[in-house]
Amino acid sequence: MIGFWVLAPLMVAAALGILFTRKAVHAALLLAVVMIGLAVMYALQDAPFLFAVQIIVYTGAILMLFLFVLMLVGVDASDSVVETLKGQRLMASAVGLLFGTTLVVGVAQVSVGAVTGLEEANTGGNVPALAQLLFSRYVFAFEATSALLITAVIGAMVLAHRERLTPKLTQADRAAQRMRDYAAHGLHPGPLPVPGVFARHNAVDTPALLPDGTVSELSISRVLAARGTVRSAPELADDIEKLSEQIRGEEQE
Amino acid sequence: MSATPFIVLSAILFTIGCVGVLTRRNAIVVFMCIELMLNASNLALITFARVHGNLDGQIAAFFVMVVAAAEVVVGLAIIMTIFRTRRTASVDDASLLKY
Repeated sequence: MIGFWVLAPLMVAAALGILFTRKAVHAALLLAVVMIGLAVMYALQDAPFLFAVQIIVYTGAILMLFLFVLMLVGVDASDSVVETLKGQRLMASAVGLLFGTTLVVGVAQVSVGAVTGLEEANTGGNVPALAQLLFSRYVFAFEATSALLITAVIGAMVLAHRERLTPKLTQADRAAQRMRDYAAHGLHPGPLPVPGVFARHNAVDTPALLPDGTVSELSISRVLAARGTVRSAPELADDIEKLSEQIRGEEQE
Repeated sequence: MSATPFIVLSAILFTIGCVGVLTRRNAIVVFMCIELMLNASNLALITFARVHGNLDGQIAAFFVMVVAAAEVVVGLAIIMTIFRTRRTASVDDASLLKY
């Protein structure tokens, strides 16, 4: 019982967090909290097999699938705050609140009767008892499940498959393209300049300096430039003059 | 221990998932909220299995999990296909059938 009262508020808070976080990754992690909480609830209610299945299938497989798709779609893709239908968010929240209140009040007033408990049903162990039911009374549902799973696999393969429309570029093709670019536009055919190497900073976020002291835009990754995490190279080099002045001062003494 | 707290928790989680489906725009988050609703119903099924003292409720919850897994696979594949062609995962932008 203590487990329930500790976990239930946590789970409700995490579920509410799914509603309010902007980033989909945070929603996925909060959903993991809710699902692990639910697994413990199953364990509290004499369902050890479903406890294991919940952990393995939901938090292990399904949430990882969500995270993979989030990675492919782009982690930064956050919700737009523009309302397509006017007042939809407000009305949905109001209807949800009404629905929730009705449901909770209704459910709390119904008396479900005395709890029988699963001690008798679980006498030979929970997993053998479940298997007994699954392969006798529910065997046709179980068979139908196999058809469902195969359909899901084929569906995922068909939807995720993409035909290649253009032939794949080989290394020779790329080399020829570079030379054509050099002939036509004068583009440098060699590799790009490496990021700057200073006495203190040789990280990839420090741009290289050209001989005239200007920054070489080509030396830093476009991703870093788009994120705005590029260091300013002249600023990093500024204190060189200060240091050389100090050295000169020491020499005079 | 009494069954009512579990049922109430299940109702609360179901409602939160419901509101999430209605308000969120990102198709993946909408999907997560559907999963939350399925899980909440599973909790109710398992609680009632304990109340009635037989395992049919647990079998039902097991089948719900299987169906949810299959549904997630196909659903996420559809979301990825839409994202690939339209460069967005927002449910509002997939409105080609409207016109």
